Amino acid sequence: MNLVMLFAIVIASIAFVAMVMIITRWISPRTFNRQKGETYECGIPTQGSTWIHFKAGYYLFAILFLMFDIEAVFLFPWATIVQELGMKALVGVLFFLSFLILGLAYAWRKNALEWK
Amino acid sequence: MIDFNTIVTAIDSFLESVMPHQLAIVVECILAAVCALVAYLSFAILMIYMERKVCASFQCRLGPTRVGKWGLLQVFSDVFKMLIKEIIEIKNSDRILYNLAPFLVVMSSLITFSCLPFARGLQVLDFNIGIFFIMAASSFGILGILLAGWSSNNKFSMIGAMRSGGQMISYELSMGLSILTLVVLSGTMQISELTEIQTKGWFIFRGHIPAIIAFIIYIIAGNAETNRAPFDLPEAESELTAGFHTEYSGMGFGLFYVAEFMNMFIIAGIASTIFLGGWAPFYISGLDTFNHIMCYIPGCVWFIGKTLFVVWVLMWIRWTFPRLRIDQVLVLEWKYLVPIGLLNLLIMTICVVMGWTF
Repeated sequence: MNLVMLFAIVIASIAFVAMVMIITRWISPRTFNRQKGETYECGIPTQGSTWIHFKAGYYLFAILFLMFDIEAVFLFPWATIVQELGMKALVGVLFFLSFLILGLAYAWRKNALEWK
Repeated sequence: MIDFNTIVTAIDSFLESVMPHQLAIVVECILAAVCALVAYLSFAILMIYMERKVCASFQCRLGPTRVGKWGLLQVFSDVFKMLIKEIIEIKNSDRILYNLAPFLVVMSSLITFSCLPFARGLQVLDFNIGIFFIMAASSFGILGILLAGWSSNNKFSMIGAMRSGGQMISYELSMGLSILTLVVLSGTMQISELTEIQTKGWFIFRGHIPAIIAFIIYIIAGNAETNRAPFDLPEAESELTAGFHTEYSGMGFGLFYVAEFMNMFIIAGIASTIFLGGWAPFYISGLDTFNHIMCYIPGCVWFIGKTLFVVWVLMWIRWTFPRLRIDQVLVLEWKYLVPIGLLNLLIMTICVVMGWTF
C-alpha cells in the first residue's frame, strides 16, 4: 500500500507542476522582443559559452562525499540493532569508524579539504 | 488523543463496501494525494507569510499590512501576480532540462513532506525505513537545482548551482550522522514507531548530551541544506543575482520558491519528529495529572507547534548571521561538523550500550 501511495504522490507532484505551468502559460501575456531571449547577465552581452570545464575543487568534495555516503548506507542497518547486539556491535563498528576517520585524516593531511 | 488510523480504516471499509477493490485503492490514492498537495500548499503560504512577518519584526519593521487584515492576503496576491507573469523562453538554454528541473525539486519536497507524521496515523507514507527514505528523497532535490543551473546557460546560474551542489552534498553527511545518532538511540527507522517511543519522553531529553549535540549539528546542517542565509551562497543576491534560478521567470521561479520554503518546513518537521517527539505531548514521568492534561492537546497542535518553533529558530539564525564564503562553508563542514558528528555517534553508542540513557 505504501508503494502505491508513493506512486500516487509522485504523480500528484508531476500533475501539480504541469498544471501550474500550463495555467501560467495560458493566462500570461506573450510579447516578442529580440533582447528578451538573451541570457540575463546584468545587461552586458554574454561572452563565450557557459558549458566549459569547471573548477575541480567541487569534484574532490563529491568524491569525499561518496566515501562517507557509502558509510551511511552500512551504518543505518547497524544502528537499528545495536541495542540488541550490545558490546559486540560497538567493538565491530569501532574498527569500521576508525578506518573512516583514517581516510578523513589522510584527506586532511593531503590538503584535500583546503579550498584552492 | 485521536487515533487517525481508525478514521482511515473507516474510510477504507466504506469505500470497499460501495465499489470494487481496485477502484477503492485508486480513490484512496487520489484522496491521499489531494490531501497531501493541499496541506503542502497551505503550509507554503503560511511559511511565506511567517517569513515576512518574522523578518520584519527582527528588523523593527511592520511587514505586509495593507492587503487584507494584517496583510493576510498579501501572499495570495503575490501568487496571482506570479501566475500572470510572462514565462520568458531563453534562447540558449537546454529546453528539456530547463523545464524538467522544477518537477524534480517539487517532487522531492512533496515526497518528503508526505512522510511527516502530523498526528497518530495522520501520515501518507510510512515506510519501515522511514528516516532513511526521507534522506534519500530529499537528496534528489539537489539534482533539480544542478539541472536548473546547468541548463539555463548562464554563468551566474552555473556558479550558483555548483556551489549549491557542493554545499548540499557536504552537509547531507553531517545531517545523516546526526540522524544516525538518534537511530542508535531509538533502534528503529520507522517514523510512526519513532514517535510512539517518544510518548514516554522526547529523545532530546532521553539522549541528553549526545542528543543535544546532534540536534545542534542537525540545525546547522539543515540550514545549509535549505540554502538559507548564513549558507545562502547558491543564490547570494549581491554576487549572483539570484543564483541557480536567475533565468526562471514567473511561476517557474515561484515553484523553486515554494519548494525552498517547504524544504525549510520539512527540515524543521524532521527535527521535531526525531528530536522533539513529533506529535507526542510533553511527558514528565511521575507527574500523572500533568501528563494527563497534556494529552488533551491534540497531536497536530503539538507537531505543528514544535515545527513552527524550529522554523522560527531557523529564521532567527537567517536574519542574524552574515553570509559565509564557500571555503568557510566547506571547512566548517569537513573539519568541524563531520569529526564532531563521528565522535558524537561513538559517544551515543557507548551511552546506549552501557545503558546511560533515560
